[in-house]
Amino acid sequence: MNQEPMRAETDVLVIGSGAAGMYAAIEAARSGCQVLLADRSLIGRGGATVMAQMTVAAALGSETADHWSYHYSDTLAAGRGLCNEPLAQLLCEEGPECIRTMDDWGVGWARKDGRITQAMAPGHDRPRCVYVDFLNTGPAVSKTLRTAVNKSGGIRKAGDLCVADLLRNNGDIVGAAALHLGSGAPAILSAKATILATGGLTRLYRRNSASANMGGDGYALALRAGASLVDMEFVQFFPIGHLAPRLIGMDPIMWDPFRYKLGGRLLNNRMEEFTQRYGVAEDGKYVITRDLGSYAILKEVEAGRGSPHGGVYLSFLHCPESALRESFGPVIDRLAANGIDLTKMPIEVAPIAHYHMGGIVADAQMQTGLPGLFAAGEAVGGANGANRLSGNAITEALVFGRRAGRSAADYVKRLRTSPDHADNAHTAIALIGADAPTRNFNTAEMLQTLQKTMQDNVGALRSEAKIIAALDSIGRLIDELGDTPPGDGNRFDMRRIDWFDLRNMLLVARVVAEAALARTETRGAQQREDYPRLSPDWVCNQTARLKDACIELSGGPRALTETTS
Amino acid sequence: MLKIWRGLDANEGRWETHEVPFEAGQSVLDGLRWIRANRDPTLAIRFSCINANACKECMVELDGKTVYACTARLQPREMTLTPLSNKKRLRDLVTEIAPPTERFTDS
Repeated sequence: MNQEPMRAETDVLVIGSGAAGMYAAIEAARSGCQVLLADRSLIGRGGATVMAQMTVAAALGSETADHWSYHYSDTLAAGRGLCNEPLAQLLCEEGPECIRTMDDWGVGWARKDGRITQAMAPGHDRPRCVYVDFLNTGPAVSKTLRTAVNKSGGIRKAGDLCVADLLRNNGDIVGAAALHLGSGAPAILSAKATILATGGLTRLYRRNSASANMGGDGYALALRAGASLVDMEFVQFFPIGHLAPRLIGMDPIMWDPFRYKLGGRLLNNRMEEFTQRYGVAEDGKYVITRDLGSYAILKEVEAGRGSPHGGVYLSFLHCPESALRESFGPVIDRLAANGIDLTKMPIEVAPIAHYHMGGIVADAQMQTGLPGLFAAGEAVGGANGANRLSGNAITEALVFGRRAGRSAADYVKRLRTSPDHADNAHTAIALIGADAPTRNFNTAEMLQTLQKTMQDNVGALRSEAKIIAALDSIGRLIDELGDTPPGDGNRFDMRRIDWFDLRNMLLVARVVAEAALARTETRGAQQREDYPRLSPDWVCNQTARLKDACIELSGGPRALTETTS
Repeated sequence: MLKIWRGLDANEGRWETHEVPFEAGQSVLDGLRWIRANRDPTLAIRFSCINANACKECMVELDGKTVYACTARLQPREMTLTPLSNKKRLRDLVTEIAPPTERFTDS
């Protein structure tokens, strides 16, 4: 097509409009900056935030006395020794303030007798998790922030922008180049500071709980621009994602709130409770952490004691209908519309890719290693170590978003001269607007192949043989993808959009697989069947960089750090 | 059987019919995603949350009535899908649904 690029200039470019991106935009605008808030799709509708059904952890002390340091201890314990402590501290220390600000903005946290209700969740030492009824935490958080964005002056919103590459000027990041889906034209977004708030990478997996736009694009953008990633092997699987019967119009992680409120029983196909075999007896309460829960379910299935669709049963048969109604009101009717009556049948659940602990290396100011580039929310790596404590994701989005917005604004104010050009703008525009070669391959099918490979081989249970098989498959897909995008280059060209998604997803999948292969131990979300134990040598964080198209890992145990590929 | 309107604008469109595997309980969006992966990746649809009815992006017209593709159920009959008739068409089933203040424009 070779269309003329569209252009925009701003002080702060925020990429991604989930909770982290929207909060960053609000904070940067409050500090006096012009902000461009860009998203792959509609503003404040996609991403992970809108899907979060409950809960948000913060030491408010509203239910019982609490202090951020207790939340911090629980976060470090859940992270199995690998948390980045300054980041974890920031999350826990500033969480309560952000939760109260959201309350002031009218989010509507559930209350009892005027006090904000805090639920007990696995891994926490006391009730600490706030929520919005019924199953409405994420949508309420998104809506509240959308309203706050609309009230802030100085924020320009721009949807349907698929960012292809960050723009560099001598190593400084000076904005981004994007494919504008609404026209098919390339867009140059020049910015003094750029914040990546693109969320995680759950789309790499066949069974996942997040939006279709969570393909790890921020990680790939950062890596290609020269930044480092950390802890990329740690993908959190949520143990009880809905499996069967077919349920539409509801998020697959919806059973979590049911378990918070009502306990519920996990059963194998003999209708026996089984988590005690793996070290955690539940006794009608919800206590098992996410890494252990996923492990126990997959092992039970492997032993031939799984449910018909390959998971286990979750049963609320022991709960009276009145208790179900009181806790979930209209949700019970939505279940009935799907033919599900919890008083008569258990449902089937199985682990589902849910969150990524790893991400872009950033300090407690959300500054990455590259001047002008900041990160926020799930895109940031390290705060949650090898396993995230339930309830920390939205807290992290709010706290890190706010901090990134402030830091980016400070950076803009300190900047002496405005960047006047980008070294790689021409290359980026040429790729986005490339004349379509007449190659005929099915990008949507390639996406499914990648998702199946990652689910089966770099999922919740891993081994050297499986990971190597995944790397082979990823390599073949990379070859098939080639160097230029297909399609006619006109608006909403799905194959071209898939191509840019795959370019990012395949790079990130490679990093996850290589980091998982190198870590020869089992810790948190990294469960290696060939190395089933925690290793004292591996109390360290692996970082990854891109060097001459190869992934360079470092930070592993000294004797093993020669691994490059 | 899904009968789908294809094209960049109302004047130069065409109809296309695809048979998709039917499994009770599946959504129309499941059918559209199946077509992309197994028949024709160029079919343009808009969605983010896939299944949760949270993003509200997958609105289309089914037999002339506005629905969310993720909550409308597949039925074993011919179902006709068209883009929203009150919105600007972008391609196939995708329309410009963003409010004017949230669209990217040249500055």
